[in-house]
Amino acid sequence: MKKLNRLAIILTVVLFFGASGLGFAQEVLKVATDATFPPFESVDPDTDECVGFDIDLIKAIGVEMGAEVEILNTAWDGILPGLINGNYDIVIAAMTITEERLMAVDFSEPYFNASQVLVVRKDDDRIKGLDDLTGMVAAVQIGTTGDLEASEIKSLKRVARFNYFPEAFMELQNKSADVAIVDLQVALDYMKNNPEGAKIVGEPFTQEQYGIAIRKGRKELLDQVNQALAAVVEKGIYDEIYTKYFGVN
Amino acid sequence: MGLRWDLMWKVLPSHLEGAIVTIKLTAFSVFMGIILGTLLGMGRLSRRPVVRTLSGAYVDFFRGTPLLVQIFVVYMGLPQLGLRLSNWAAALTALSLNSGAYVAEIVRAGIESIDRGQVEAARSLGMTGSQTMQFVVLPQAFRRIVPPLGNEFIALLKDSSLVAVISLEELLRKGQINVTRFYRPFEIYIQIAVIYLIMTKSISFLVSRIERRMKLDEHSLAS
Repeated sequence: MKKLNRLAIILTVVLFFGASGLGFAQEVLKVATDATFPPFESVDPDTDECVGFDIDLIKAIGVEMGAEVEILNTAWDGILPGLINGNYDIVIAAMTITEERLMAVDFSEPYFNASQVLVVRKDDDRIKGLDDLTGMVAAVQIGTTGDLEASEIKSLKRVARFNYFPEAFMELQNKSADVAIVDLQVALDYMKNNPEGAKIVGEPFTQEQYGIAIRKGRKELLDQVNQALAAVVEKGIYDEIYTKYFGVN
Repeated sequence: MGLRWDLMWKVLPSHLEGAIVTIKLTAFSVFMGIILGTLLGMGRLSRRPVVRTLSGAYVDFFRGTPLLVQIFVVYMGLPQLGLRLSNWAAALTALSLNSGAYVAEIVRAGIESIDRGQVEAARSLGMTGSQTMQFVVLPQAFRRIVPPLGNEFIALLKDSSLVAVISLEELLRKGQINVTRFYRPFEIYIQIAVIYLIMTKSISFLVSRIERRMKLDEHSLAS
């Protein structure tokens, strides 16, 4: 019995340190994403697997790194705290590199140029651009760049913050919100699936770049990811993935 | 990793704002819940089978399904049927309807706990059914209802955090927003927990005061 106990203790200790990342061997790359943001990441209803631009990209990066990629579908509002706690190695989730986020985590080289747009109901002609938002309700996903931007637009009556982006679009369709603020590609994807429902108005009004987030202090992993990303671009794999999701390059 | 005390101070005002929303939500919903629950609780004991069945079905539904689902149905489901509620209206509706079901059970248990002999005595003194209810059963039942009603108040205050999902910025939602801005969940959620604790302790303090007061009344009646 004593021996078994000791063995159990040793096993627990090993598992504990293994799980906490000290024993991180590069074989499995734990990747968190919030799969409610098509076309970058969403859950395929047929296979229950995460799919999307980011998923294909990170898998290609995994191949370059010689690591097996394990995708963890994680709620957006806790995705960076989870990374900082060491629950996973990296986050790829159409995440814009911002100064605030850079204080909390490191980012890879930018891998996508993005910007925010205003989405309104198809039959709504009141809003043509940022100047028409006085007294309006904006629907966003909590903690996204859309949320951060909307929070700065003081003329808005209210910012309705939801856990998942599709809920913000629903809010728009239910007429509980007048405008949704979201990344251009996500808006385009939504309109592709709901051509009757919505339209983009005005010009894209931010210039952003997505990056892959990595916990601070993991320079080695950051370098590996950057090298792999560069290789994926160089070999033309990036362009293939881009064309797959966004048509013409 | 040290704690960021400065952040605790920074987020406090927005959390207090959220706490006020939580208090408003809870107070209104408990008030509506008591009205609704008293009617339903008496309905459960009605002589008419239709009233009994309907009240029972209501209580079963709202106690047997998650409050979170009820909130989603009211806020996201009903617009499909043409009934669009603001997030405030939807939150108050869902919380009140839910609270009504729990209060109904408390009221029913309170009434049933009064000894049948008292009803028989009142009836043999010539009181009508409703007089018996009004002057004999309910005043005594009310005393027994207060403590579980206090519990329901506390439970609802905690459950009101669920309306965060329909973008109503009560206490928990304010915390979630702050977490997505500062990425310091420990400081923020601990502070939120402490604020909830202060609110629930205040309620239990109030309830125990009311209980004591009513016990005194009972003694003065007896002497």
